[in-house]
Amino acid sequence: MNATRRGILTAVPIIGAGVLGVGFWRMLSDMRSGAFDPRAIKNPNVGKPIPSFAMPGLPGLGDGFTDAELRAQHRPVLVNFFASWCIPCVAEMPGLRAISRNMPIWGIAYEDKPENAAGFVQRDGSPYARVASDRHGRVAIDWGVTGVPESFLVAPGGRIIWHGSAALDPQIYEAEIRPRLAGL
Amino acid sequence: MFGPEQGHFALALACVLALVQFAVPLWGANRRDARLVGLAPYLAVSQLIALGYSFLCLIMCAVSDDFSVQNVAANSAVSKPLLYKITGVWGNHEGSVLLWTLILAVCGGAVSLFGRNLPDILRGRVLAILGGVSAGFQMFCLLTSDPFDRVFPAPMDGQGMNPLLQDPGLAFHPPILYTGYVGFAVPFAFAVAALIEGRVDAAWGRWVRPWAVAAWCFLTCGIALGSWWSYYVLGWGGYWFWDPVENASLIPWLTGTALVHSAIVVEKREGLKIWTVLLAIATFSFSLSGTFLVRSGILNSVHAFANDPARGVFILALLAIVIGGSLALFAWRAPSLTSTGLFSPISREGSLVLNNILLCSICAVVVTGTMYPPFMQLLAGRTISVGKPFFDAATIPLTLPLLLAMGVGTALPWKRAQLARTFSHLYAAAGIAAIGLVLCFWKLSGVLPIACGALAIWVIAASASDVLRRIGIGHTSAQGVWERMKHLPRSSWGAALAHIGAGITVLGLCGMSQAQHAIVEVHIGETRSLAGDDWTLLDVHDYIGPNYKAMQADIAIRHNGKLVTILHPEKRDFTTQSQTTTEVAIHTNFITDLYGVVGDRHGTGKDTTYVLRLHRNPLAPWMWLGGLVMAIGGAFSLSDRRMRIGAPKRAAARNMARA
Repeated sequence: MNATRRGILTAVPIIGAGVLGVGFWRMLSDMRSGAFDPRAIKNPNVGKPIPSFAMPGLPGLGDGFTDAELRAQHRPVLVNFFASWCIPCVAEMPGLRAISRNMPIWGIAYEDKPENAAGFVQRDGSPYARVASDRHGRVAIDWGVTGVPESFLVAPGGRIIWHGSAALDPQIYEAEIRPRLAGL
Repeated sequence: MFGPEQGHFALALACVLALVQFAVPLWGANRRDARLVGLAPYLAVSQLIALGYSFLCLIMCAVSDDFSVQNVAANSAVSKPLLYKITGVWGNHEGSVLLWTLILAVCGGAVSLFGRNLPDILRGRVLAILGGVSAGFQMFCLLTSDPFDRVFPAPMDGQGMNPLLQDPGLAFHPPILYTGYVGFAVPFAFAVAALIEGRVDAAWGRWVRPWAVAAWCFLTCGIALGSWWSYYVLGWGGYWFWDPVENASLIPWLTGTALVHSAIVVEKREGLKIWTVLLAIATFSFSLSGTFLVRSGILNSVHAFANDPARGVFILALLAIVIGGSLALFAWRAPSLTSTGLFSPISREGSLVLNNILLCSICAVVVTGTMYPPFMQLLAGRTISVGKPFFDAATIPLTLPLLLAMGVGTALPWKRAQLARTFSHLYAAAGIAAIGLVLCFWKLSGVLPIACGALAIWVIAASASDVLRRIGIGHTSAQGVWERMKHLPRSSWGAALAHIGAGITVLGLCGMSQAQHAIVEVHIGETRSLAGDDWTLLDVHDYIGPNYKAMQADIAIRHNGKLVTILHPEKRDFTTQSQTTTEVAIHTNFITDLYGVVGDRHGTGKDTTYVLRLHRNPLAPWMWLGGLVMAIGGAFSLSDRRMRIGAPKRAAARNMARA
């Protein structure tokens, strides 16, 4: 092995470490400015129209809803995917009830038995203006849901303008959702 | 005497001493001034004493419930048992950084005390590098993660500890794991010192190897203990989740294992010098990046530390200096290290090269899988997760040839081997492996578990038969065997044990691939069967513990009507933190673990049902047992007199005296 090749090979580790280091530095500086959140789940549908769907309702909680009905709303709607088997969803309920005093929330029960979901929603008072059942999770796939709870802010006309992948509470509402409502 | 201010002062003093320990010996070595270089051991020991005092102060703050110290207030409480008040000191970010630097100082102290036979200049430089790293992390501790910060007004009681951490296994896990991580600082310092000196020879290989083996033993134990903890505390029945925090410990283990092997080649054949130096730098760099990047919040992990990007920037700057500096030195100086040995592919050194290639490929896979998601998000803005399927699919095919080679490697002689002769030594082991293959076909399902299982049996058989052949079983008389046993170097025993341990671990992993589980909802008195056993929920009762409320279930397990055991899993509610934990109940006969978890209670009165999770985990204990055997093997080879630095010198002195 000649000296040049040797020199190039021994420089490979520092170049690799340098690239990684620059990447980490970018991530950290973006984290400080809020542009990079490793725990966030980016939804590709944000900024796009809602997918088409039609879902039945839950027993005792009225009819379900369709994409056309959601699109026809004149106010922004918060769409919330939940399930009775999901612990963060239980924790989210009081927060949702608080938010529901400010804006309508439409709930979609994800992969849940209708009777369980209905019982869950009614246990301490429903935060939802309307509820539908996505029994086999087909609709959730179209929305790009990766788990529950996840929420979407849908503007009048049916465009998704915000997506959240954590249990909602009034702080998130104030910080993330309300500023976006003002722009509508 | 042991207040937080004294601790804070001692930490600052240690930091200053570490800076002096960094600067003075390096300067002295450059000027060839023996007195300046000779200061290094004294500085290292003083730094250790100052830091030890500081750590003791933090323990005293926790034991005496001094809630005016922010760290104690946030992590302790009056009602916490004494053991956890002590171990809780390193169960949080600030305390664990202090422990980390303390262990680094202990390494420096150990080099000072046990390295008396090293050339003075080399020892001075090694201690200087260790001092420099120490100083950096003590500054990190002082400036961004001060464990002695006061809070005013002091709260009446602390917020308590995360109940998941209130466990004896986890209490001693961090010190062991950190000793493994930090221990690789010594080979790192040796590598950097060798680069400064511009010389790597057989003696260097002999000096560096014991430190690498010692660190490797601790890291092995630490990983095994961590995996065991997640198995019996988290209650998911899993043992390894390919989580970034776990990978952060596996990556340096892989390069460290490669280092332990490649240093043998440096020692015996003066080959692989540049590579070994690089591995020493890489192993410690991975340890550093792993332990600290998980705290910056970049890697999305279930093991959350309190994330603070400001801390992350400090850490990154520190890593840039330590890792970037050493790699720059490597790029500059390494090309002048020329190797002398010529390698034949079929030889001991050839097999060690193969071992290094495979271990480093596995390491590359794990690094890629761990770093891909954050980089993908940074560059393409897409979230993806890389999970178990990727890691399994990419690492297992590399593990198979590694296992195959492990069996052959130790049977090969140095320099040039004759394949036919080597194979003639391995007939018996191959026969046992063939029987093992049949056994695996019978007991296991799936191609990969069967292949891994048979190869694990091959490794065990080949390692055992290698030792038996060396001590002359079947060739010499009993007397001769005894004589040979006494004279077989301990490092050969150690290598065989470590390889057998690896085989045992792999067998455990194969067994766990056949684990069965069921989630059932039952009334009291109801029976469910799982894989031939009948599980009956006998009773559920509540009781109150020292700082929690608990629900305990009694589950009887019968096999063919005969009572095997009664498990008592619990669910505990920690009122201070409003957190619940599950206490898994495990019955083991070292062949199969019966593993029960009690979940939620549904309904009231006669309709009350309980959710139970039942697991049957074949060979589960072998995974950790194998880790322990590997570490014992490493410790055994450490006790080899050839590994002890200076043993040849002492022997020479003895011979001189005799003559």
